[in-house]
This record gives sequence, structure tokens and C-alpha cells, in this order.
Amino acid sequence: MPEYQNIFTRVQVRGPLHAGVPVPTGPWEREGQPFYSYLLGQLGNAQVGPFYLGSLGVASLVCGFIAIEIIGLNMWASVHWNIILFIRDLPWLALEPPAPAYGLHLPPLNQGGWWLMAGFFLTASMVLWFLRVHRRSTQLGIGTHTAWAFAAAIWLFLCLGFFRPLLMGAWGEAPPFGIFPHLDWTVAFSLRCGNLYYDPFHMLSIVFLYGSVLLFAMHAGTILATSRFGADKEVEQTVDRGTAAERGALFWRWTMGFNATFESIHRWAWWFAVLTPITGGIGILLTGTVVDNWFLWAVKHGVAPQYAPLYGHITDPALTAQGSK
Amino acid sequence: MAMLSFEKKYRVPGGTLLGGDLFDFWVGPFYVGFFGVTTLFFTVLGTGLIIWGAALGPTWNIWQIDIAPPDISYGLALAPLAKGGLWQIITICAIGAFGSWALREVEICRKLGMGLHVPFAFAVAVFAYVTLEVIRPLLMGAWGNGFPYGIMAHLDWVSNTGYNYLNFEYNPAHMIAVTLFFTTTFALSLHGSLVLAAINPSDGGEVKTAEHEDTFFRDFIGYSIGTLGIHRLGLFLALGAGFFSAMCILISGPFWTAGWPSWWSWWLNMPIWSIH
Repeated sequence: MPEYQNIFTRVQVRGPLHAGVPVPTGPWEREGQPFYSYLLGQLGNAQVGPFYLGSLGVASLVCGFIAIEIIGLNMWASVHWNIILFIRDLPWLALEPPAPAYGLHLPPLNQGGWWLMAGFFLTASMVLWFLRVHRRSTQLGIGTHTAWAFAAAIWLFLCLGFFRPLLMGAWGEAPPFGIFPHLDWTVAFSLRCGNLYYDPFHMLSIVFLYGSVLLFAMHAGTILATSRFGADKEVEQTVDRGTAAERGALFWRWTMGFNATFESIHRWAWWFAVLTPITGGIGILLTGTVVDNWFLWAVKHGVAPQYAPLYGHITDPALTAQGSK
Repeated sequence: MAMLSFEKKYRVPGGTLLGGDLFDFWVGPFYVGFFGVTTLFFTVLGTGLIIWGAALGPTWNIWQIDIAPPDISYGLALAPLAKGGLWQIITICAIGAFGSWALREVEICRKLGMGLHVPFAFAVAVFAYVTLEVIRPLLMGAWGNGFPYGIMAHLDWVSNTGYNYLNFEYNPAHMIAVTLFFTTTFALSLHGSLVLAAINPSDGGEVKTAEHEDTFFRDFIGYSIGTLGIHRLGLFLALGAGFFSAMCILISGPFWTAGWPSWWSWWLNMPIWSIH
């Protein structure tokens, strides 16, 4: 029984390494000598490389390197260039955006100017990477779906760090760079706007996030379960349906009365994954601009539930003079 | 008869786990089987009890309906129906329905000669549900620690439970779970994109195959995991997200009662930092 589940590759075939479909002539060639990795071969393809760098790839990596350098050196400076404190405190260290008082003005470097610069280079790096993915796709003649899916992720990043601060009139509205600090920002943001769970676009984003994980489990499970019939040849099964596609379709039809096809499941997948950051970005843009407090918004629209009082009557301190009786 | 053009030859008897050929038939597109009958039983009963619970409550507003577990004071005892007893029976019905659904999937897999990946994956999701509603309440000593059945009520429960531990995002298992959720969605977008890009070429030419897919990903990031490997990776990531979600709530309460931010003090208190 277990040998039919196809969880790992049991026999790795070693043929000649594949150089790839030829690149159109230009100043750049593929880099690196490809090689085999036994461990990777247990899960998927054993071949690693070659890699196409290209001018957009170089520009993107340079911008990304600059951004990470700015963030890292600012964090290191914040512990007075003590390397041990830097390593110890790294998860807590941050490069914070300018204080709200600076509005949308340019602050001094150590007052958030570095944060602006890091954000600029990180954005440039991602936009260049988008262009690189787009160009690699068109040069190979395949669709540009990967590039546009990445653009959806850039949208959410810019909603958080650029568009919403612009609408709010202060860079200080944006999240900081840092591991624990960006988590602190997220929790504080949710608390300040009356619990982001009441934001309908946050709800949608979570639905698409969980839905994506559900879809990938359903899809990957179906393909692996029918892999002995050749289900992993998805393109071939799309244009020339075989027994793998038929069994996969019937499994879901018999289970839940509905099935996708070998092409349409990837459209479901693409839209679920892409709508996660798109709806999430909308939810962020509405917060503090259109809606100040999502809980009060939900009360107004009859969405928030009412609970029986557990602790008797409590007076809101904000309603009493100077917070005291 | 609600059959696909190629469906008839696949509708063969056999492969059942229970009931022999007694329930071995289809209704419209649905396979029934013994576990189809039990799924239907638990679903109808559980849904009916939810509607009953809503009728006992103050509102029919779909967002505000709230069927709460018993008060903590009931501990692990049975509660009166209107005071959490309904929640207890609904939970039993849910587990019965989810378990039946998984076993019905196993029967369908056996009919179609498929591996058992899908029912196994579904079992991981059921495990996460059982962790929230049964295992953790058992360990904490009261059914009142389960989440309520209500659209907004369960969100409030997540909020309140999270803030009980000050900042739940510092929970290391929660960090792993969130990372896996994001990574799974990221991988799904890459996989969906790649297959659509091969089937719908930008040059308007012939449909491309794995040769182009592998070339694109090697050009892109230096490695292509391949058409089989991506599905293994996707399944591992997705199941990991579900598993660590269960773990992150299981350790909160039974094994850690303080705020999660202070859990990280072990890192700050390691002896290696005193060498400077």
C-alpha cells in the first residue's frame, strides 16, 4: 500500500543535464554549471541550475541588497554596533518609519529617512523583479501569469507601506521593518481600528488565504493520488484528457457533486491565491481612511453580536470627566 | 442522468469499507455508500440543532447567531440543552459528519484506484478542528474552552483567546503556521501561474510543456521542482499549515499560560550572550 502513495521518489534516474529551451540571442547567457542534488531529487527534480541573471535580475538584486543593508546597518547601529547584542536582539530590532509629526515630508536620515530609503529600494527591487519575470515569460513564449500574480503581492505591500500612508497623510502610518516589530505593528493596528476581524475585506482575504491552502491540499492530493496514471503531466492531460484526469474529476464529482478540469483547477488556484493580497490591500486602504473603527462600523450595520453582560454594568472611563468619577 | 461522457465505465461496484453492496450506488452525481448515509444523518441532525439553537437565541441575524459552549463552571460535564448542551451535541454531529466524509472519500478512492492523499489531507483539517473543540477543552478541564458556533462569535473567540496570551503572534507555533499558510498560497500562485502560462502561451503559438516550465523556473530562481514535485511540496506545505495551527492552540493554555512575548526570554537568557 505505501508504495502507491508516491510521497518520495524511490528511484532517481540520472540522464544528461538539461540546458533548457534556448534563450533568444542577447548580451546575457544562462549562468552556472547545472548539477544533481540527491536530496532535492527525493522530492522533485534532482537538477539544480542553470540560472538566468539578466540586466533586470542584476538591477533587482542590487536594489534588494541595498534595502537589506540599510535595514541591517540601522538595526546594528541601534545597538551601538555591538555584534553580540545585534545577534541576540535581532528579532526585536526595527527600522521604524518617521514619526507622525513629519507627515509626508522628508525627515532626517536617523528620524525615518533611512526607512523611506529602504522602502524605496525594496519597492524598486520588487518592480524590477516583476519586469524580469514578465520578460523571462515572454522570451520563452509562455503566458505572463506569474508576473501578474507577483504584481498582486506588490499591491498589498504598497497598500501597507505607501498608498495608505499617502491617504492618511503621514509616513508614520506605515509598518516598520523588523521581525517582532512588524508583528507588534499588526496587532496595534488591529486594536486601534477596532479589531480588523470586523473588516469585511480582511474577512475576504482570510477566506482566500485559507481557501488557497484548502485548494492546494485538494489539488495536490488529487494529482498525487492519480500520479500512477500520469496525472503530473498536467499540460498533456489538459489538451488530451486521459484516465488520470477522468479519475481525478470523478473523485470530486462523486464526493461533492462538482469537479474542475485540469485547466480550470489552475484558474481556481490562481484566482484564490491572487485575490488574497488584492482583497487584503483593499481592507487596509479602507482602514482609518473610510472607516475609523471596524467594531463600531459592525455595530452600526448589525453585524457585531450582542453578548449577555458577564460582569454587570461597567462605565466607560472615556465617558467620565478626565477618566475618573 | 448527471453523468459525464466518460463516466459510465468508472461506475463499478465494490471498494466499500462497510455495508458491502447495500449502499453501493449513486444519487445524481453523488456516490452514497454507508458513510454517505451517516454523513447525511449527522449533517441533518447537526444543522437542525444549529437552527434550534438559533431559535432559542435572541436573533435570526445570520452574522449574530451564536451557539456557545457550556459555561466554564460545567467543566467536562453535560450541560442542559439551552446552556451549551446543544453545542455539545452539535460538536458530536460535526465530528461524525467529518469522519464519515473522510471515510466516504476513502471508498471513492478505492473505487477509482487512487491513492488516499485527499482523505488523509482532510483528516489533518479534522484533527485541527478536534484539537480546538475536544482535545484542548479536555486538557483545560472545561468544554467552555471550545469556540462557539457563530460567524462573528467565532471571530470574537479567536480575538479574545489570542489576547489572553497578550500577543498571539509571538506564539512560535503560530508563527510557523502563518508562515506555512502564506507560503502555501505563494506556492499555489506559482503553480497555477506556471500551468496556465504553459497552456496559454504569450506568443500565441503551440501549447508549451514541462520543458518550457522547467526552463522558466530555472531561469527564474535556478531550480525547477518539476511537475510531480510541486504537488508533493504543495501537499506538505498545506498539511503543515493545518498541523501547526492545531499545535499553536494546543500549547496555549495546556502548556503555556503566560503571555507569548515572554516565552522568548529563553533566547535572551542563554548563557552564550555573557561572553562579551
